[in-house]
Amino acid sequence: MTLLAAIRPDSWNFPLFLHVLGATVLVGGLLSGAATLALAHGQERYLRLGYWSLLAIALPGYVLMRIGAEWIYSKEFGDSDEDPAWVGIGFMTADIGLLLLLIALIIGGIGVYRLRRGGGPGLLKGSMAISLVLLAAYVVAVWAMGAKPD
Amino acid sequence: MSLDDWILAFHLLSAFALVAAMTVFWVVFVALRESGGADATVAGLMRVGAIAVGIGSLGTLVFGIWLAISLDAYQVWDGWVIAAIVLWAIAVATGKRSGDILGADPGAASEETKRRALLLHGIASVLVVLVLVDMIWKPGA
Repeated sequence: MTLLAAIRPDSWNFPLFLHVLGATVLVGGLLSGAATLALAHGQERYLRLGYWSLLAIALPGYVLMRIGAEWIYSKEFGDSDEDPAWVGIGFMTADIGLLLLLIALIIGGIGVYRLRRGGGPGLLKGSMAISLVLLAAYVVAVWAMGAKPD
Repeated sequence: MSLDDWILAFHLLSAFALVAAMTVFWVVFVALRESGGADATVAGLMRVGAIAVGIGSLGTLVFGIWLAISLDAYQVWDGWVIAAIVLWAIAVATGKRSGDILGADPGAASEETKRRALLLHGIASVLVVLVLVDMIWKPGA
């Protein structure tokens, strides 16, 4: 598999670049968001910053990652009937990950709205917990993309 | 799965840690601008970034060179591998300089110092993206 990666056609490079760049930004946004929310100590400006890290970094990263994934998939496996296991792991973590990211953003958005009205950070703690789960899932996905288990 | 597949996986995970660290430091700069001074939250974020950048910078280099030695298709002296190592070294040095000039107490740094640190961090971030471009296109391979 590593040798196959070494001889990949040039036309796959740009979609792969978008995919990897998006995925790294997604993971960076999740780590930044989770860390800021965890270390905010209840301070509103940091709770907002943590939420915005998820919204303005992780979400665009996800979109870029997913566009790149679909593009490279159509080139590499467009005519194939059966996908290798690592592709399945990638799609599964991406699909479930999107659902979880959207839940984190929605409850976090409500949390930020409540903060402005003097509410507590409970919902944003939920966003942080989901972000940590997503980080763990994406570590597995990145491992699968690299090690390419059959 | 072969050993090379595992090395590639750890090389990739390290690269993700490196970019994640860069992102955390971008958030630190936003936090410094918003709050004006550093506090426990900013210090904590800088610690998270420092741990991630340590794992990422060391891991990408060690596993990357290991992979270049292990795979028959590549050599450590290939132009694109040398280019990646040079870009990596400049990125790490620039990023470290950015952290050094901010100092242990970024809140006490002057606006001019913060701007210089931000510029250096921006340069380091662009260099990391260039390493990614080099890794994917492998010019000359």
